[in-house]
Amino acid sequence: MTDRIKRFESVALPHLDAAYNLARWLTRDPHDAEDVVQEAYLRALRFFEGLREGDARPWLLTIVRHVCYDWIRRNRPQEVVGDIDEEDLRERADVDSSIGQNPETLLLRAADRAMINRAIEALPVAFREVLILRELEELSYEQIAAVAGIPIGTVMSRLSRARAMIRKAVEGEKGS
Amino acid sequence: MSGPEDLERLALKDAVTYYRAPSPFARRLRKTLRASDTERRRPFLAGHWWGFAASFACGALLAWGVTFTHKVNDDSQLTSELVGSHVRALMENHLTDVASTDQHTVKPWFAGKLDFSPPVVANAAAGFTLVGGRLDYVDKRPVAALVYKVRGHLINVFVWPSTQDDQSLQSGTQQGYELVHFRRAHMNYWLVSDLNRSELTGFAEALANAAAQS
Repeated sequence: MTDRIKRFESVALPHLDAAYNLARWLTRDPHDAEDVVQEAYLRALRFFEGLREGDARPWLLTIVRHVCYDWIRRNRPQEVVGDIDEEDLRERADVDSSIGQNPETLLLRAADRAMINRAIEALPVAFREVLILRELEELSYEQIAAVAGIPIGTVMSRLSRARAMIRKAVEGEKGS
Repeated sequence: MSGPEDLERLALKDAVTYYRAPSPFARRLRKTLRASDTERRRPFLAGHWWGFAASFACGALLAWGVTFTHKVNDDSQLTSELVGSHVRALMENHLTDVASTDQHTVKPWFAGKLDFSPPVVANAAAGFTLVGGRLDYVDKRPVAALVYKVRGHLINVFVWPSTQDDQSLQSGTQQGYELVHFRRAHMNYWLVSDLNRSELTGFAEALANAAAQS
């Protein structure tokens, strides 16, 4: 075993759960997530020299995200359009994002995990990814902007809309 | 960002499933990584073939819908070479020996440098621009590499003569790159790019049509 692979393993393997979690949420399938993560790690290993000092997690998640999007384009092209149109997303979100700011109601809903998980799975991928990166990986807005290749303002507005959409979906499901 | 925001995040975070990597997968991944890294250090051809074999064995490529119908043994060396050539051209910033968007500049440039005259088409498909050409060495022979660009993506089109009959398009993936192969008018064509498969295949079809007409 080479020093290079030892260094790579020590840098990249601690973030395997993060990589898998993102891939699992974006592909919504455990086997596809494994394929994506393996491809991403092989890609990361090839371009390892490009990583300078600093947190390897956003770097790795960026690669995982790229591979996920390639996978989605190939297997579920209807889920992504080439260039995401913010206006279009706004219309699809079609909810009052201000309700995403109210903590009590969401705390209440937190009791129902299955319902919330289903609601997140149903989000358009552009919203799902910022939500997962923020809520589960706890990346900063700056880091999410870098990983997803979008402005910080867009990160914040997508996040707030994503929360509002979950709220709406969960309320709808409970109401029905 | 205090108070309500924190509360909300805590609540949502607690409700959302965090999927951890299954440990059998983690073990397999580690093996695959080590295999691919040690094989890198072998002589070029053997190394890349093994890297390919390792990932193939893990089923990744199968799952990604590889449809190469050649004998894998024969082609994997070649596809490794082609991907390697594509990546090196990008890394070493040596894409073209002759930089021109004009087929009447690029085509004559190859004369005297190759023992065949590669078909060069500047406007095969809308949006795809010819960037230039260079000499490359693939499959133990000098070949023509034509470089095209679409949006940010570069496409290497490797061309060399063949004695075999025409063959329709085949596509596949290796190391994250898309490859499309076809044969027309006794020329082998291999396209390599990071462009998505459907667009690359569309471009290959356009090249094949142009080649059939010339």
